[in-house]
Formats: sequence, C-alpha cells, structure tokens
Amino acid sequence: MTNYIGTATSRIDGRAKVTGEAKYAGEFNITGLAHASVVASTIAKGRIARIDASAALSVEGVLDVLTHLNRPPMASADSAYDDDTAPEGSPFRPLYNDRIWFNFQPVALVVAEKPEIARFAAALVRVEYEEQAHVTDLHRQRDKAFALEPGKNHSAPPKPRGTAEQAFAAAAVRHRGEYYVPIEHHNPIELFASTVIFESDGKLTVYDKTQGVQNVQRYLCNVLGTEPEEVRVMSPFVGGAFGSGLRPQFQAVLAALAARALKRSVRLALTRQQMYGLSYRPAMIQQIELGASAGGTLDAIAHDAITVTSQYEDFHRQETGWSGLLYRCANATYAHRLARLDLETPCDMRAPSAATGVYALECAMDELAVALKLDPLELRLRYYSDRDQNTDRPYSSKSLRECYRQGSQAFGWDKRNPEPRSTRDGTELVGWGMASGVWEALQVPIAARIVLTANGHAEVSCATSDIGTGTYTIMAQVAAEMLGLPLDNVTVKLGDSTLPQSPVEGGSWIAASVSNGIATTAGAVREELLRLAKQMPNSALADATADEVTLADGMLVSKRDATCAVSIAEAMRHRGVDRIEQEKSTTFDDDGSHAHNTHSAVFAEVKVDEELGVIRVTRVVSAIAAGRILNTKTARSQIIGGVVWGIGMALHEETLIDHNFGRIMNANIAEYHVPVNADVYDIDVIFVDELDAIVNPLGIKGLGEIGIVGVAAAIANAIYHATGMRVRDLPITLDKLQR
Amino acid sequence: MINFQYVRATDVADAVHRIAADPAATFIAGGSNLIDLMKYDVERPSRLIDITRLPLKSVEETADGGLRIGALVSNSDLAYHPLIAARYPLLASAILAGASAQLRNMASTGGNLLQRTRCYYFYDTATPCNKREPGSGCSAISGLNRMHAILGTSEACIATHPSDMCVALAALDARVHAAGPAGARTIAFSDFHRLPENTPERDTNLQPNEIVTAVELPARGFAANYTYLKIRDRLSYAFALVSVAAALELQGDTIIEARLALGGVAHKPWRDPTAEAALREQAPSQATFNRAADVFLRDAKAFGHNAFKINLAHRAIVRALIQAAAGTPQSQSDKKIR
Ligand SMILES: Cc1cc2nc3c(=O)[nH]c(=O)nc-3n(C[C@H](O)[C@H](O)[C@H](O)COP(=O)(O)OP(=O)(O)OC[C@H]3O[C@@H](n4cnc5c(N)ncnc54)[C@H](O)[C@@H]3O)c2cc1C
Ligand code: SF4
Repeated sequence: MTNYIGTATSRIDGRAKVTGEAKYAGEFNITGLAHASVVASTIAKGRIARIDASAALSVEGVLDVLTHLNRPPMASADSAYDDDTAPEGSPFRPLYNDRIWFNFQPVALVVAEKPEIARFAAALVRVEYEEQAHVTDLHRQRDKAFALEPGKNHSAPPKPRGTAEQAFAAAAVRHRGEYYVPIEHHNPIELFASTVIFESDGKLTVYDKTQGVQNVQRYLCNVLGTEPEEVRVMSPFVGGAFGSGLRPQFQAVLAALAARALKRSVRLALTRQQMYGLSYRPAMIQQIELGASAGGTLDAIAHDAITVTSQYEDFHRQETGWSGLLYRCANATYAHRLARLDLETPCDMRAPSAATGVYALECAMDELAVALKLDPLELRLRYYSDRDQNTDRPYSSKSLRECYRQGSQAFGWDKRNPEPRSTRDGTELVGWGMASGVWEALQVPIAARIVLTANGHAEVSCATSDIGTGTYTIMAQVAAEMLGLPLDNVTVKLGDSTLPQSPVEGGSWIAASVSNGIATTAGAVREELLRLAKQMPNSALADATADEVTLADGMLVSKRDATCAVSIAEAMRHRGVDRIEQEKSTTFDDDGSHAHNTHSAVFAEVKVDEELGVIRVTRVVSAIAAGRILNTKTARSQIIGGVVWGIGMALHEETLIDHNFGRIMNANIAEYHVPVNADVYDIDVIFVDELDAIVNPLGIKGLGEIGIVGVAAAIANAIYHATGMRVRDLPITLDKLQR
Repeated sequence: MINFQYVRATDVADAVHRIAADPAATFIAGGSNLIDLMKYDVERPSRLIDITRLPLKSVEETADGGLRIGALVSNSDLAYHPLIAARYPLLASAILAGASAQLRNMASTGGNLLQRTRCYYFYDTATPCNKREPGSGCSAISGLNRMHAILGTSEACIATHPSDMCVALAALDARVHAAGPAGARTIAFSDFHRLPENTPERDTNLQPNEIVTAVELPARGFAANYTYLKIRDRLSYAFALVSVAAALELQGDTIIEARLALGGVAHKPWRDPTAEAALREQAPSQATFNRAADVFLRDAKAFGHNAFKINLAHRAIVRALIQAAAGTPQSQSDKKIR
C-alpha cells in the first residue's frame, strides 16, 4: 500500500497552473461579456455632491454608468451585509448612498463593451464632493481610542491574572517598550476580479476571487435579495489572498449589480491601486512591560495595544493575549483599544494578531534578556511553559522545546557572542537574533463528498478554496491514502458553492478540517464497501467489522489478517453497483481540556553595513512544530513564504498614507516594497516531529500562518545584536539605523 | 487612460515631422515609463509615435576615440555591449543597478534619459502637483518626501530624477544628440536635465519637437578606477535613495582627474565642479574624500522625511571614492557593499 500522507508530493494542479490552463476569476469568458471599471473616490471623507457621467455615457461602447442614484435595488439592513468573518458594526456597501468613508471607495461603475473603453470612460466621470475633515493618522488618534470590553467585543483581551502591579514593583528587572507596526496590504499577485455570468434564466454564476465561495454566495443572495439557488459562486483557483479574500469584497457586488442592471454577463477587475481600498493589516501601537526576577522567573507581563479600525466597523483580533499565553508567568494584564480612522475596515492578514502581537512580545523578550545578561534562548527555556498560561490547560502537544533545540543546532546558536557589535565581516556588522512563534491549531465543521467508481477512480469534493497553499493536493493525498488508491486515480473538486459545506479558507484551519472530513467520509465509503463485500459468496470478510478493515491497493483488507481481502471492484460488480457516493459532515468535539497550538523557533542572521545601514538577512532557520505534516513539499513552501513575508515585514512593508489627503500614496507594487529575490538568502525549514493524538484523529494542526510568526522579531533582534541599535518601529529601513 | 492614436515613424525626419505637427503627440520607445503614466492618466497623449523601428540601435566608435550610442539601444544591450563593458564599465554598472532584467530589456537609451520622476504625487491625479499641473502646488514639500531631493530644489518642486544610467552618463561627460525641425544639435549632459525652479513641468532642455537620436561618450572611460554605488530600500528593484557614480584617474598616488555624480538627490544627476576640484591633485585618503563630500553637500537642504539623505549621501560619497580609488567597484549582483 502506498502512503501519501506525509510525503513530498508535487502539486496535482501544478501543471495546470504553469501552462495557464488553470483559470482565475477574471479569466472566464463568455460571448457578450461586458466589462466594468470602477471610479474611485479621491477624498477620504464626505459626501458625493454631484456625479456627471455625461461624457462617459457619450463614449461609443459605453453601456451604462451605475452610481448610488441609479443602481438596481440592494438590501438596506446591516444583517444582509453580514458574512462569516465580518467584525461588529455596520458593513460597507458599495454604491449604496452618497457617503464617502475612505479614499479609493467605489463611487461609480462604468460598464462597456470592452475593458479599455470602460477604463477610458471611467476617467471621464466627474464627481464633485462635499469634503469633511478626515483623520488617517493613528498617532493623532491614539488618545481617542476606545477600549474593547470582554463580553461586548468578541476578541477582547483575556482576563488579567494575578497581581501584576505588585509583581512589577517587586521585579528585579523591568523592561518597557513601545512597538509600532504600520498598515500593510496583502497584495496578492492575482488582481481582485469577478466575472458574473448572467444565465438565460436570470440566475447568476459568479466567478469570484475569494477564500470562501459559500460565504460570498450567501452574502450576494442577501444583498441582492435572491433565493439561494439563483446564485452560484465559483473560485477554482485563487492567485493568493492572504486574508484579503475572507470577506466578500466589493468587486463581486458591483459586478453582480451591473449584470442585473444590464441583464448581461459582466466582468469587473480592479486595478492594483483600487485594491488598496479593499482592506489591510491594521497599524498598531503596542506597549509591553515585562518584570523578571534575577533568578530566572518571569513575574509580570503587561501588554497594551492600540489598533486601527474604520468609522463603521470594529475590526480587532487578540494581539495581546499571546503574551500571557506563551511563557510561565503568574501575573498578566492586557488592554486593547481601537482607534477610528477614515479608512476602510482592516481585515485579517497572514497570522492576524500573532504576526504583530508576537513581534512586540519577542522583541521585548530580547530586550529583557539583554537587561538580565542572559542568552535570549536560555531566557525562553527558563520561562518555558507546558501549559497554556491564559487558560491554565495542558497542550494537546507542544514541541517548542524541540524546535529550540533543532533550530539552534542547525543555526549554530551556541557560537553566538552575546555582545552587540562584537562580530564583523569586513565593513558589515553581523548579528544573530531569535524569536519564538505561536499560532492556534484551529478546526472547523466541514463536509466532504466522495464518489468511488468501480473502475477504481474517486472524486473527492468540498466547497473549500485552494488559495495557493496546496489544498487540491492534500485532499487528493488524504483521499488516495484512505481509499487505498493511486494518487492519479483521485480527482479533486473545490471552490464551488454547490459542493459540500465548507467555511472560508483561513486561519490555517482548512488542512486539518478537510483532511479529517475526507477521512470521515472515506470511513463511510469503507463501511458501504464492507457491506457489499459481505454479500459475496464465501466472503473472506464475512465476520469483519468496519474498523477491522482498511482499503489498500484496490482491496478491502482485514487489519488482522492480510490474506483476508476482497477486491473492491469485484464487490461492487457483484452487487451491480458502479458508484458509491458518500457525503459526511465532520465536527470537531473539543471538551476544552487542552489548548491546541502550533509553535516555531526562528533564528536569523543579518549583516548590516556599519556606515550605510544597508541590511541583508543572510540566513534564517525556522523550526516548526505543527503536528502531522501532510505534504512536506507544500508545507515547506508555506513556511518559506512565511519567512520571506517576515523579512518584508521586518525591513520593507509599509503602506504610506499622506495624512493631508488621507490617501495611500504607494498603492502599487513598485513603491510598496516587498522582498525581491536579492533580499532572500538561505532559508532552512525544519519540521519537528510532533505526534498529537488529541487535537483530531489525524493529528494535523495546519501551518499557513505559523511560518511568518516570530520572523520579524528574530530579524529585529539580530539587527540589535549586529548594531547595538534597537529599532522598534517597523519596517527597519536604513535611515532608522543612522547614527 | 485615454483613447489615443498610434503611428509608426519611418525615419528620424518622419518622427520629427510628426511630433512637430501635433503638440499633443508623444514618442514611445520601450514604453516602460510612458504606458504606466498613461494608465494613471498623467500622460494623456493624443497620439503615440512609435520610434522603435528607427535605425538608432547601434553602438559605434567615434573618430575621437569615444562611442556613439543610438537612442534605441536597449538598456540590456548597452550594459552587456563589449565596448561598454571594457571601456565604460561605470555605465554598465549603473544600468545594471537599475530596474529589473525585464524592464532593462524594454527600456531604451533615449527613454531612460526622459523618464519622469517617481514622486508619488506626480503619479496621482487626485493630488496637487506642480510638475503635472503647473500652479496646483507641491504636495511633497509638506507630505511624503522621504525619496525627495536635497540639492537644487525650488519652492515649486523637490522631485528627483530617478535614472541610474544618467548618473553615470553625467559623470562621464556624455553629450546628447538631438534632431528637430531646425536640424541636429548636441547638448552637454549637464545641460540636458533641468532644475525645477519655477517650471518643474519641464524636466529637460530638449524641445517638445525634438527627438534624441544618440548619446555620445568621450574617450575617457575611467575603466580602472570607478564605482557605481546605489543605496536603496531593498537590495534590488528599487529606486535610489542615494546613488554615487565615482570615477578617478590616478597617477601614482595622486588623483589627476575626478568625477562625482549623485542620483536620488536632485532633479538631475548632480555634479559639483568644486567638489571634484577638491579631489584633484590630492592623494586618495579618507580625509580627502570627507572634504570632497562636505563640499558636495554644502548647500544640501532637507524637507523632513528625507533629512537622513544628507548624512547618507556623505557616507556614500566617501565609500564610493574608496571603492573607486582601490579599484574595487561595487558589484551589482553581490549585494554586499564593498
Ligand atoms: C517598476 C519600475 C522600476 C524601475 N526602476 C528603475 C531603476 O531602479 N533605475 C532606473 O534608472 N530606472 C528604473 N526604471 C525606469 C526605466 O529605466 C525607464 O522606464 C526606462 O528607462 C524608460 O525607457 P523606455 O524606452 O521604456 O521609455 P518610454 O516609456 O517609451 O518613454 C519615456 C519617455 O521618453 C520619451 N522618449 C523615449 N525615447 C525618446 C527619444 N528617443 N527622444 C525623445 N523622447 C523620447 C517618451 O516620449 C516618454 O515621454 C524603472 C521602471 C519601472 C516601471
Ligand atoms: S515634488 Fe515635484 S513632482 Fe512631486 S508633488 Fe512636488 S511638484 Fe509634483
């Protein structure tokens, strides 16, 4: 029998992707397709006074210009705009009325026969505004931020524990620092687009760039006031999303409105600049205070965060809770405040709250180690905790100690000279830094369908998305292994709202959820096969029960005695069955007795030109403990991607807003910097063995997010070690290292 | 982006004739800057005159030992041309420090000279910008100006010229050949780009009805002691915060000729005869280089976010001169700064 789970299997959709056969939302064509182009707001706050579309409408080939005044009806209740991942508040509705909430907000939609005509005409639409004073600067608004309250806000900080104030007063060493992370944008390579096919019966088939087809389907039905069967949403391939596709985005609504207005199929692809009006990782100011004894205990933690949200929704994640979770510490307090700015609502971006909260924590820990004259790794080992400190529960598994051990060994950490500025390579100062990472191992209810045919092929399907992570491939691997089939005999269907239920793909929960979902369904297939096998004359499995048999190499085999086996094909043929179809829902019972988390230890080497401040991240070792690894190849790619993003977070990424205009000025990927190949040197990924018999039957914990967590901190700490300069504001650009 | 017409010029005279006939027409070469600007509605040409088929693609030796580079030689072809690599490695190095391989394949010599600033506001029609819309104001002076100029600025505009190639051409004392309705003329490189003064809308002294036909390099190539040192926010594919083209001619332990041009600091590649004079007849030393950098930056003025550039430029000048004097030019592939 072939094992597929845990192997380095190449992507089953790899060929389709590199040959262009894989189609993305903006690539589905149909005769008569019309094309739309957005006219975006040029002010941050106010009202639309007048829209003059006459010049646009007079362009040959322009079909219509939709505004809040002439669009087709759309729902008015907030609840209609709710979605699976919406924060509290009153969701944004495109072209709803004359209110302007943020720059780049869509104010009109030009629909034309060709994309070029639509774009040309969009430039001819004249919009007059009544402008109001705006604020887009977090620093200006920090004193007006309001506190999140447990009970009222779903991600309010955890309850404080102990008596932090007294513990700080008694602490031998205290460190306090303020850390800043700017707004960052997701910038997936694929532009946000929707192609809405207006079917002959008026139903809509929507090809959308999204991380959740069923979420978008429900949302569109609510917004348009249609029955569920009238809208089908598909997203077979997604060119990256990183959280920006979790919520239904405005291009889907606009394209659907246009299709309904014109009774024609319509495509809307946003420009890169317009995508800066979709959402972002909120900027945040974090203050951390740590109090420690000289003898090696961490006695108090205080973590305060101020994060950005919009005027109409309260987006927040728990940045502060990670501090109290990770290390043994009796006393902890937290506070989280939200500052309203005249920007669109932020949303999740890779490892939301952990990439940022753990950044602040892990830099603060480094500073504490310096104050205590302790090796940063030694410090973390002394504070190591085998229990989730916030909820005082054991972990279903936690192999962070092993990550530290294997990571530090691969890196050569024991050769580190603790003194900052102690190591040179010619004109460069060399620094080594490390950090821990943590993320949740989440799992969510999901359904999967398997259709097994007598010729030994299986189709496995689920409405989940593959946002580029490799979901197609792991679904095929799990199904092949569970059904005892060659990988090539399994086809996978996903990204279609008519398929079995799936939540949005995010939070690193899909791999664990869908794999266990497939295992459950495969179990039902096995039972059905056993039922058939038993009916054969002189069946070798006449007395076997379902959990005594497995599927391997086209056979139903007894686990006790491998000679007791029945051919699947024969069993099906014997009963005249040519296909077995099973669809099962899987839920994950959690009795709350254990915490489920993934962990990492990140070690980074930087070289900094002493005079010029030019920084190179010459080496990163990332040791990951994330339960059972389904596919070592795609998993490694995930972690490498996370590390590269962490390099960008540390050194490059920053959305630049001109606060005079309340407008993003680097809304393109020439000026919004992410790392390029030259910025990326050696990245060594280690997967630490981690058996977890508790988290779920297959022991999977997911690893989309964990790769980025801790990376920026490890780099910032390495820069301190190299230069003796502590930069707490990201990104660490060379001007911040000038003496 | 607006609707436009497209025509292809058959020869230089035809190109000149067509541009003179339509003041709203624009030449297109590689298109790597122009098309972006058209998409952002910053450039709104009535007509694109495609010059890519004109016979301006050769690199030829001139009678006085220099080279004449056709305006349509691509940045890639130029950087890897054997005569450039052997005799003007400073130019090759500066080109390879710019953009990406794909862009350099498209970018032409003439287009590189005439590329426009990367000032954020210039690209965004929702904001005032004197360069884009004379008289509307300069948003950068009180806005995001980390990338902006510290030398030769005016109250109307503090933009920089973004080219790397031009910094080397300025150091090498190149000449620009242009053709117009009145015939051909040559323009000294230092006179080609302008300072913003009160007319930031004009980047160069090329007349609207003229075409660049070639760039000419004099014989002196400084192939032994040169460097192009570009400091930027990531290790590749970013415009210069500060870049330095340094070229020295040494006789024994004495600098007999020095060229120093900076990118990323002004509306044009910045040269300073006094600073170069401060290097001549001196022995290469840290002290000499420091003095030259002091002189070079004596009038530098910052606008807030770009204050760091003055110090950075100083250090970059000194480092570049050290590299040039030692004959260890900066590699454009190994990102470690020598
Ligand atoms: C993302 C990005 C990054 C970049 N990074 C860098 C960098 O780091 N360093 C750098 O130096 N450059 C960089 N560039 C700019 C690039 O070098 C220029 O876009 C390129 O040199 C322009 O050449 P082109 O032939 O494509 O010009 P085009 O875009 O065709 O034309 C530019 C302008 O020149 C005019 N023109 C062209 N040829 C002539 C001629 N013969 N006579 C008169 N007028 C003419 C056109 O009318 C137009 O106004 C970057 C560009 C991009 C898009
Ligand atoms: S610096 Fe020049 S280009 Fe930039 S906004 Fe001011 S006038 Fe415009």
